Amino acid sequence: MRLKISHTTSYHYDAPVPYALQQLRLRPKSRAEQTVLSWDLSVENGHQQLSFEDEHANTVDLISFEPGVSNITVHCEGEVEVTDTNGVVGKHSGYVPLWLFKRATPLTRAGSQLRALAASLERTENDLSDLHALSALVLERLPYSTQQESAELSAEQALNVGHGVCQDHAHVFIAAARHLDFPARYVSGYLMMNDRVDQDASHAWAEVHVDGLGWVGFDISNAMSPDARYVRVATALDYHGAAPVSGMRFGAASEALNVKLQVEQRQE
Amino acid sequence: MTETRQMFDEMYGFSDTAREPYANYADWIALEEFANLKRKSAQAEKLFRLTGITFNVYGVEEETERLIPFDLVPRIIAAKEWQTLSRGIEQRVRAINAFLHDIYHRQEILKAGRVPVEMIAQNEAFLPQMIGVSPPGNIYTHIVGTDLVRTGENEFFVLEDNARTPSGVSYMLENRETMLHMFPELFNRNKVRSVSQYPRSLRRSLAACRPTCSSDHPVVAVLTPGIFNSAYYEHAFLADQMGVELVEGHDLRVVDGRVAMRTTRGYQAIDVLYRRVDDEFLDPLNFNPDSMLGVPGLMDVYRAGGITIANAPGTGIADDKAIYSYMPEIVEFYTGEKPILKNVPTHRCSEPDALAYVLDNLAELVVKEVHGSGGYGMLVGPTASKKEIAAFREKLKARPDNYIAQPTLSLSTVPILTKAGLAPRHVDLRPFALASPNGVEIIPGGLTRVALKKGSLVVNSSQGGGTKDTWVLED
Amino acid sequence: MLGKTAGGVFWMLRYMERSENTARMIDAGLRISLTRSGAADGEWTSILTALGVINAYNANYETVDGPRVINFLLRDKANHNSVISAVEAARTNARMVRTALTREVWEAVNECWMDLSELLARPINQQDLPDILSTIRKHSAFVRGTLAGTMVRNDIYNFARVGTFFERADNVARIMDVKYYILLPSILHVGSATDNVQWESILRSTSASRAYQTLHENEHNPRDIARFLILDHRLPRSLAFCYRKIQRNLQHIADDYGQLAPCNGLVNGICQKFDNTSIDLIFDYGLHEFITDFLIESQSLGRQIEVDFRFSE
Repeated sequence: MRLKISHTTSYHYDAPVPYALQQLRLRPKSRAEQTVLSWDLSVENGHQQLSFEDEHANTVDLISFEPGVSNITVHCEGEVEVTDTNGVVGKHSGYVPLWLFKRATPLTRAGSQLRALAASLERTENDLSDLHALSALVLERLPYSTQQESAELSAEQALNVGHGVCQDHAHVFIAAARHLDFPARYVSGYLMMNDRVDQDASHAWAEVHVDGLGWVGFDISNAMSPDARYVRVATALDYHGAAPVSGMRFGAASEALNVKLQVEQRQE
Repeated sequence: MTETRQMFDEMYGFSDTAREPYANYADWIALEEFANLKRKSAQAEKLFRLTGITFNVYGVEEETERLIPFDLVPRIIAAKEWQTLSRGIEQRVRAINAFLHDIYHRQEILKAGRVPVEMIAQNEAFLPQMIGVSPPGNIYTHIVGTDLVRTGENEFFVLEDNARTPSGVSYMLENRETMLHMFPELFNRNKVRSVSQYPRSLRRSLAACRPTCSSDHPVVAVLTPGIFNSAYYEHAFLADQMGVELVEGHDLRVVDGRVAMRTTRGYQAIDVLYRRVDDEFLDPLNFNPDSMLGVPGLMDVYRAGGITIANAPGTGIADDKAIYSYMPEIVEFYTGEKPILKNVPTHRCSEPDALAYVLDNLAELVVKEVHGSGGYGMLVGPTASKKEIAAFREKLKARPDNYIAQPTLSLSTVPILTKAGLAPRHVDLRPFALASPNGVEIIPGGLTRVALKKGSLVVNSSQGGGTKDTWVLED
Repeated sequence: MLGKTAGGVFWMLRYMERSENTARMIDAGLRISLTRSGAADGEWTSILTALGVINAYNANYETVDGPRVINFLLRDKANHNSVISAVEAARTNARMVRTALTREVWEAVNECWMDLSELLARPINQQDLPDILSTIRKHSAFVRGTLAGTMVRNDIYNFARVGTFFERADNVARIMDVKYYILLPSILHVGSATDNVQWESILRSTSASRAYQTLHENEHNPRDIARFLILDHRLPRSLAFCYRKIQRNLQHIADDYGQLAPCNGLVNGICQKFDNTSIDLIFDYGLHEFITDFLIESQSLGRQIEVDFRFSE
């Protein structure tokens, strides 16, 4: 399936910003299940400083704000050809050892609620079906809701809230999978929802490394494995490492964010 | 001094006649008047105060600047002894850099089972952001301060490999300056190898590690946390002696893909940053977001190849006290040679058998925190009270993997000048090694730290230790 | 060099100069209080005013009297313009810019701090005061001496000199700002004993007393004193002298950098004003107005130097 993506992130500040940097992880890569046909990234009121590949092979662009601006816009546009692999991403590659994906991060640390959730999973001989069951369990425990309490919750905090968005689902699922000794990682990317072109926000899901299969994707929020409507953009241990935009700025201005995202199928 | 010595003395060995390297010095000091030595000692202190070689003490409001006491009896090392030590240090530094490259790439040593995976996997000092990063020349630790102790004529042990940001080199240099100033005649009588080339060597060594985007005349700078840091004097001293800028985080910014310093004429790119700021505080964008000391984006520039950071982030994985116990394996694995310098036998409390042994023998052992430094949070069994041992036992049981234990070594002594004349005190030795693509250079000398309290084995300056000039004699 | 370092060097010398100037003013105040006890309290008030610490003083003390004022000006760390505060600030700046200084300069500043910290640790005995004031002046002169004797003549040196003269001119102008009225021609007072003491005091506090005697045969005369302190290029504390120095030092930096900065224009403007005026024109315009104008212009020059050379972000 050929997907056309247009993604605009605008930040507005209530005062001029003297100095700020943003790390962008907004460049999808061609790999077995997806081919990037074209991809443009442009920044308004900002200046691209450099780019490099991080430890998870994500392309990172570092941008700085033009001094004293009070808004900045990052725009991505491109086309990606995706093949349905039933969520199987495949063999692990790169220097990051698999054991690192078992490391709990501040966002995925297992607390008492998470341990209880993981313990409630009935284990079988089949890891893959267990993980699908875990995915269902997470969604049941944490129904989808856009009523967000705060921007960045840890897995345990999300469980306390009792509902969540895709990011929370991914964190809880990853934390539980790691607790069960699976290497697991966070994926940020795009999903084309069938019924609309304008999407609310970019999407997040999880991948777990299963013996024999390699990395397998789980979209907890949609209770399925990623198919040809999913574009993988970045992976990491948690949201922090895979966030489309993460930055820091000097000055006391407060920030307002506006995201415009369109994903649609392109007929060849 | 008629009784037989229990401990090895650098000046007298186990006997009461001066050892060969001290022969000349012993003759000299025998003729010196005590009052004169006391006067010189006071003079040295005044000199240090004037120069400003002070360190800040955390949490003490009244007196924020202190001197590290200087003792005027030098620690003397024979040419032959030094030869062995420097060969051993070089071997270790090569092995540590090879280990760091391996651990942040293919991890062959883990695959070979020579170091258990858990040692790295559960170690906070392992920095994922360094995975796949190959700094120029594959040098990760550019400046190493190896802590050595001695227990007998040919018994040297490595106590610690300081591969992060070892400090103390300014004392090596200033102690020598002071000795030259006060006792010029001693340097006529003894052929002492010079240490004053250190700043030039350091600059050359750092320059040799410049990134590919740098010109042939790389811009080097020293990054300090600022004037309130305990080692600020040393940071300023090294920058001054190397003739490079001393910068703080707020002087730096990412400009045109490089890290640049704000000069009176605008921003100027830095090629090699000798940083004396810990990993955690180096870059608020990539590490601790609350750090006011660091440079946002420094790590991004580093990973894009726009700057060399010395020492590299993540080198702590090599000088961790738990990894230390595997150093003999590490040296063999990467150099194919037997280690020249011995490790102190180390019990890893994370291992149940070792823990049981340590708990049974606390009164005889030295127990250290795996990630600790500066002599804090450690137990010296033989000098600890019963109460202290009991309290430590609980800490140890609560988090065994946080500790290692070692036998209490009878560290060698060197006389110091006390109110009652010369008296032996325990010492250690920290020589400094510089690594670059051109090889490893070890400055003939080092920092000799001395415990000023009688019988004490804690030499750390933060715990009341002093320093001595360290002489390496020419052949 | 780093912008921060340029700022640190500039301020280090300003603070050294400030400690010296304060010592001179205390000396002058002391002299008045010894000769005419009635005039002393007013004198101390004007010194506090000229140093810009009168509000801080009044917040802490109810009455103005010699020993208290002296203690406040010399030893009080809560007074950020006291000698001990200035010396500490100079030394903190020196530590910060240690790599820009020669060992001699650094040690001179450090020794100054060590000595004065000890001397000013306890309340001061009246009879020790002259010695202490002279020690303060000597240390400041010693720092200037090591600077002149050991520093390479580059931008660092020039920033140090700009700091010295900037502070000095600022100090002299502030004294005149507070005391301008005694220099105004007034039929009532001419030749009175009060005036002579006041005039003498103004000269003492700017270290110009002896020089004035040498260069002027006649009796003290307010017009001559004002001319001497504002326009005389032979007096190293006159405004014109200090500003010509600042002008030259900033010009050296511009030559070195191959580029003029906005501050060069500003300082040239101030110097031109001195060149194109006379004491008669100043009195016609109004002495107080002239000094007020000068203080405003010097402040904007200070800010411009900070911006041009990126002292801070």
